[in-house]
Amino acid sequence: MHFNDYQPNSQCYDELFDADGKARDCAKVLIERINQLAKGEIQRRQQAAELALLNMGITFTLASDQQGTERIFPFDVVPRIIDAKTWQAIDTGLQQRIRALNLFLQDIYNEQRILKDKVIPREIIESAATFRKECVGLKPPKDIWCHITGTDLIRGADGVYYVLEDNLRCPSGVSYVLENRQIMKRIFPSVFEASHVRPVVDYAEQLACTMQAVAPEGVTDPSMVVLTPGIHNSAYFEHAYLAQQMGIQLVQGGDLVVENKHVYKRMTDGFHPVHVIYRRIDDVFLDPKTFRKDSLIGVPGLMEAYQAGNVTLMNAPGTGVADDKVVYKFVPDMIKYYLGEEALLPNVPTYLCTDDKEREYVLKNLETLVVKSANEAGGYGMLIGPASTAKERKEFAQKIKDNPRNFMAQPVVQLSQVPTLIGNRFEGRHVDLRPYILNRGSEVFVLPGGLTRVALKRGSLVVNSSQGGGSKDTWVLEESAC
Amino acid sequence: MLSRVAYTLYWMQRYRERAENTARCMNVNMLLGMDLPYYQEKQWYPMVQISGNEKLFKKRYKEATEENVKEFVTFDRENPNSILSCLSSARENARQVRETITSEMWNELNTMYLFVNEVNHNRKKLSSFYSLYNRITRQCQLVTGIADTTMSRTDAWHFGRLGALLERSDMTTRLLDVKYFMLVPDPEGVGGPHDNIQWSALLRSVSGYEMYRKLWQQIHYLNVVQFLVLDKDFPRSIISCLDRITHSLTDIANDNKNTISKNPLNQVLELHAQMSQLTSKEIINRGLHEYVDYLQQKIIEIDTTIFETFFELRAFPGQTQKQMQES
Repeated sequence: MHFNDYQPNSQCYDELFDADGKARDCAKVLIERINQLAKGEIQRRQQAAELALLNMGITFTLASDQQGTERIFPFDVVPRIIDAKTWQAIDTGLQQRIRALNLFLQDIYNEQRILKDKVIPREIIESAATFRKECVGLKPPKDIWCHITGTDLIRGADGVYYVLEDNLRCPSGVSYVLENRQIMKRIFPSVFEASHVRPVVDYAEQLACTMQAVAPEGVTDPSMVVLTPGIHNSAYFEHAYLAQQMGIQLVQGGDLVVENKHVYKRMTDGFHPVHVIYRRIDDVFLDPKTFRKDSLIGVPGLMEAYQAGNVTLMNAPGTGVADDKVVYKFVPDMIKYYLGEEALLPNVPTYLCTDDKEREYVLKNLETLVVKSANEAGGYGMLIGPASTAKERKEFAQKIKDNPRNFMAQPVVQLSQVPTLIGNRFEGRHVDLRPYILNRGSEVFVLPGGLTRVALKRGSLVVNSSQGGGSKDTWVLEESAC
Repeated sequence: MLSRVAYTLYWMQRYRERAENTARCMNVNMLLGMDLPYYQEKQWYPMVQISGNEKLFKKRYKEATEENVKEFVTFDRENPNSILSCLSSARENARQVRETITSEMWNELNTMYLFVNEVNHNRKKLSSFYSLYNRITRQCQLVTGIADTTMSRTDAWHFGRLGALLERSDMTTRLLDVKYFMLVPDPEGVGGPHDNIQWSALLRSVSGYEMYRKLWQQIHYLNVVQFLVLDKDFPRSIISCLDRITHSLTDIANDNKNTISKNPLNQVLELHAQMSQLTSKEIINRGLHEYVDYLQQKIIEIDTTIFETFFELRAFPGQTQKQMQES
């Protein structure tokens, strides 16, 4: 099994091979070592990885457990490799973007200078489904709103990294980064060592530091918890994993109670205060007294406690307004407005359907564009023009006309590819990259690496796990490595 | 610790222990069947009685054949006490408290469940029931061993151990009760060669045969009862389970001073004190069945008090129960 007959796709950027089919500098060690493996060895290691994931219980259930059908999220053993210089640029660009987005959130829920100065049209913000009036006038500890971000990056055929989405609500996937790494170290120990990969192992500690840093004022030794919707949530493994790695409690809504605007957890010896909650529950389910009344997974009175400053929620409620896909278009303007800098990481060109001219362009070019809903995630609610039928385009055109605020469109970007083990050979498959960023005010920490999601179907550009995507380990190399 | 988590750990270990005991019993029963004379019918129905689900069995199966009982006790998902159901429940409980137990524990429980589930779907993978039961027993012991060697002796470990020990004492009482019906319907008939085989089987069901032999070289039912109920050193005897329950409850009580209103510890100590005064002869005179019934009742009471003291949802101090339900 070797790469000799591997053909990089000339239509897009290949992360490991250059246009002439030669291994890129950063990938030389890996390619060499894989080429030396005995026949069948790479498949054997791939199977070992899959078995390890199954035994660790990193699975999702297809049917009910009665049938016992559990699947792992597909994992591919060929890593994506990023050299030190490229990563440095990504790291700096992400820090800049997070700082601007956080300033935007603080501004939008307080003075609204950016609206008054007409940098962003007021009606776009006021019509955003994720704008939370309950957060108006709030100033969370250290003025931090988005503590944890998972920004989606893609690399175009030009080799440039673009920001595709800012995920500022409850971005998931970081546990896969950590587990994928553990597995790669186990099944490719020598390649791994020879490659000088930057570690990701301290994420949990960084996360715990972030939680500690944003405790309510006056609390020196905060009691911290992770709040999960429960075992039926598809990201439950991650919630449990992060709590375990941080050594803090994983709680469900029913474990918490609010009394006199303070949050307590129900313990075997009575009620104990809670100060910082890393919540993995969407805004609208957080508190049935404030948001959706039918929420069974929330904590009644939680928002009151939050508004009173007695508990910190990470991320803050209301951050969704900054990752609305229409607001996205204005992020480079925010960077300029708040920081006086040009955006280091470019956006993908975006057409807003609220703008008459742009909408007309979108409607005329549906066949070549990707149309996305403002607030959907997971690959839902979108139209991929080149892969769509006439009927789908007609339906989407109507939706756009009915509610232009809810849609934006972008040209199709040929995502970069990484060789992927498909049966008995390596084939290029499209990938994206989701780095994880922790914001604790004094410092913005970018985890070196991130989740590389891969579309396992040939030619497919949809990498979401809900749509048949898998993942790869992401190796960011040390400065000296190449 | 969180009440929900304590409750979940408690049940995780109860289910794990139940699966282990059931697997061990099934193996012993299979081996026992081979030693019985050809004219004596092999007894499978007692295994249904031990698992405590006679009604359900009768509803789902016609006869207590070896095949039916094995299916019911091993794989039947409708039977909440089947090995597969217990392992599934233990694992679901473990999943709920993954952050509290160690990864090694979770991995072991998970792997075991996946294996048994796989065998259930694909019976070609079932080489023999004997090796299946053996493997389950071993892997359950492994989970206990991993818990003992990887978890700090904090409340999390103690609540898990409480669950395992209560389940274990309960199982020992059930075994005694069922064997009693088979073995001592007529006290005069005690002591024949087949009786000895049966009593040995009972000892093997709790992995106690070898340890028993070191104390008494002859199998005598009085000694067996002494050993399984009152022996302070054998880890599966009821009184030794109570010993360790006392230890765990004392540790928990030290960590949870401010809430203990009704202390399950007092109940356990009282029972322990009573038992320390007893001999197996007195138990038999009183009626083994009656005494075992009494012990089961006590175990249920302890379980209830543990629930009320540590697990049950309580109102916030100053809040009424009604307000709690409203919020």
